Amino acid sequence: MGLEVTDLRVYYRTLAGDVKALDGVTVAVAEGEIMGLAGESGCGKSTFGNSLIRIDGRMRHVGGRVILDGIELPIADGDAMREFRYKLVSIIPQYAMSALNPTRRIGRMIDELLESRGVRHQELRTELRRRLLLVGLPEAVLGRYPIELSGGMKQRVVMVISTLLDPSLLIADEITSALDVSTQKAVSQTLVQFRDEGFVRSMIVVTHDVSILYQVSDTLAIMYAGRLAEKAPTEELMERPLHPYTRLLISSLPEMGVRFEEERLAGIPGAPPSLLNPPTGCRFRTRCPLADAVCEEQPPFVEVAPGHAVACWKAT
Amino acid sequence: MRRYFGRKLLIYGLTFFVAATINWMIPRFMPGDPVQSLLSRHQVAPEAVPHLIAYYNALFGLDQPLWQQYLNFWGSLLNGDLGRSVYQSGRPVTEVILAALPYTLGLLIPAILLSWWAGNKFGAIAARRRYLDNAVLPIGYILSAAPYMWLAIMVAWILGSVLRIFPISGGYSYALEPSLTWAFAVDLFAHWVMPFLSLFMVMFGGWAIGMRNMIIYELDADYSRYLDALGAPSGLVRRYAFRNAVLPQVTGLALQLGVIVAGALVTEIVFSYPGLGKLLLAAVQNEDYFLLQGIFLFVIIGTLIANFLVDIAYVLLDPRTRVGMSGGSA
Ligand SMILES: Nc1ncnc2c1ncn2[C@@H]1O[C@H](COP(=O)(O)OP(=O)(O)OP(=O)(O)O)[C@@H](O)[C@H]1O
Ligand code: SF4
Ligand SMILES: [Mg+2]
Repeated sequence: MGLEVTDLRVYYRTLAGDVKALDGVTVAVAEGEIMGLAGESGCGKSTFGNSLIRIDGRMRHVGGRVILDGIELPIADGDAMREFRYKLVSIIPQYAMSALNPTRRIGRMIDELLESRGVRHQELRTELRRRLLLVGLPEAVLGRYPIELSGGMKQRVVMVISTLLDPSLLIADEITSALDVSTQKAVSQTLVQFRDEGFVRSMIVVTHDVSILYQVSDTLAIMYAGRLAEKAPTEELMERPLHPYTRLLISSLPEMGVRFEEERLAGIPGAPPSLLNPPTGCRFRTRCPLADAVCEEQPPFVEVAPGHAVACWKAT
Repeated sequence: MRRYFGRKLLIYGLTFFVAATINWMIPRFMPGDPVQSLLSRHQVAPEAVPHLIAYYNALFGLDQPLWQQYLNFWGSLLNGDLGRSVYQSGRPVTEVILAALPYTLGLLIPAILLSWWAGNKFGAIAARRRYLDNAVLPIGYILSAAPYMWLAIMVAWILGSVLRIFPISGGYSYALEPSLTWAFAVDLFAHWVMPFLSLFMVMFGGWAIGMRNMIIYELDADYSRYLDALGAPSGLVRRYAFRNAVLPQVTGLALQLGVIVAGALVTEIVFSYPGLGKLLLAAVQNEDYFLLQGIFLFVIIGTLIANFLVDIAYVLLDPRTRVGMSGGSA
């Protein structure tokens, strides 16, 4: 069944006005699909991931629908959403290193969390132990406090906790950026393994690191200034990018394994527009080498080949 | 753990030694001669004065060189002997202090514990109720910023002079003899209420504000957001936040103890409550430095013990301190 997002708009309320961090995102993630989500810092990746599970007081759901496994998620209603969290949609947050309560033993925290969700923790004990071993952690971590674990260990503990109830959709936000290269490899392979073992059905992996996405993701979505620029199967997107932004992005990638956040931006002149007052029409207009009069109209995000969608007037 | 407490005890021991020494020094270098002032308050025949001075100097050990006095001081201190009170006609200082101590402790301990407990509860509730919050904040700031003296006087004026609910001064009515009777207990309680209340109010505001701010901070912490994202009910999130927010409040208690004790002394003076504070005032007025020294010593010991207890409580509450002690791997 998978995930279907239609025209999702989520703004941040600020004193200066609404920051249009998510302004009309339409995307589908099929069952079993791992979708990579990339784009420069501040384009709205985390906002997208968070919107699917927890819209907090600073965010405002302006429009759009989210349908997961045929159920419409009440994303704007925190209380109604609670039931779906964890069981249907779950997240490994960008801040995984500090996601565990510092004054509770990890095992106890898990037990209390599970009980609070109406799950008897004894029933999941063996499964929990098995999954910890799978990510290379001894059962003894359950008796420890978070401060006694290394960053990578905490990361893996959070991965296991977040997926313990076998959610349909998992959002993994920037989970490798704080890790060293070899741990990154292990963690991203674990993600694939989790999908293959059926712990989660589909996944959205947000990262700056294209080499991770290359290893992990089946499809790649590129985001620009609160909208999707392009989405295609990973191979196809890398080899035949259609959107000028994707092209610039990929051509300026020096080599695999380099995080494209720092390295790439020198390659694309100009800066992304302010989301407080974004330009009308195509948001890439101010930096696009191909821009002309038609681009003052907003290009629709349309499928140009099977599984390949793009938002650009010149990309056909 | 053992080493940690060993080190703590050593530090407390040193603090005590230094404080006691300073405490011994100060009155001795203050202007004024206590024996002279003692004699001047009594009708003494002029020819008897030199004899009496010699007698009292010998009695108080003031005729010896300073270093000898200092050694004597430690010697008798270790025997629980703090000298004799000049102003209470030579009664042992320990006895005088022990008579006043129950009043101070009876005021301080309930005031500290109750205000801490109630302030934390109230602050936590205020953190999630807007209308309460709007009331708690201003009241809390006013209470915690008000000088003890002023607040105590206000309480005395409103409850004592205007409404006449409680007696304004003393520990019990002069008409009564201290005894184990119901009437005396009621009287004792009536005298206790106002000094207790003024102490309670001042501290309550500070704890409530501190807790409110800490809870709001903890509820926004990553671990709270994670629990919320996994659909944990707000009860669990709050419970965690409360527990973690209490920790800085425990530290705050340790830091505040000195101020609290000083405040209690002032409060006693305002209400003429027969505890250490009132005794302290009398000792100063009468240049009774054995007594002064003794009171300070008790205050220092009390504060150190209380601090030590808070230290232990903190270690029991926060696993992070325990981890630090055993070198990171437990
Ligand atoms: N609480 C907030 N209030 C106002 N604006 C915000 C807030 N959080 C994020 N934004 C804005 O929303 C936009 C999208 O933020 P978001 O965190 O989704 O970006 P991101 O793509 O995840 O970036 P990164 O790669 O750095 O994590 C940014 O322009 C940011 O300035
Ligand atoms: S629509 Fe126009 S401005 Fe936007 S990317 Fe395409 S060519 Fe560039
Ligand atoms: Mg982000």
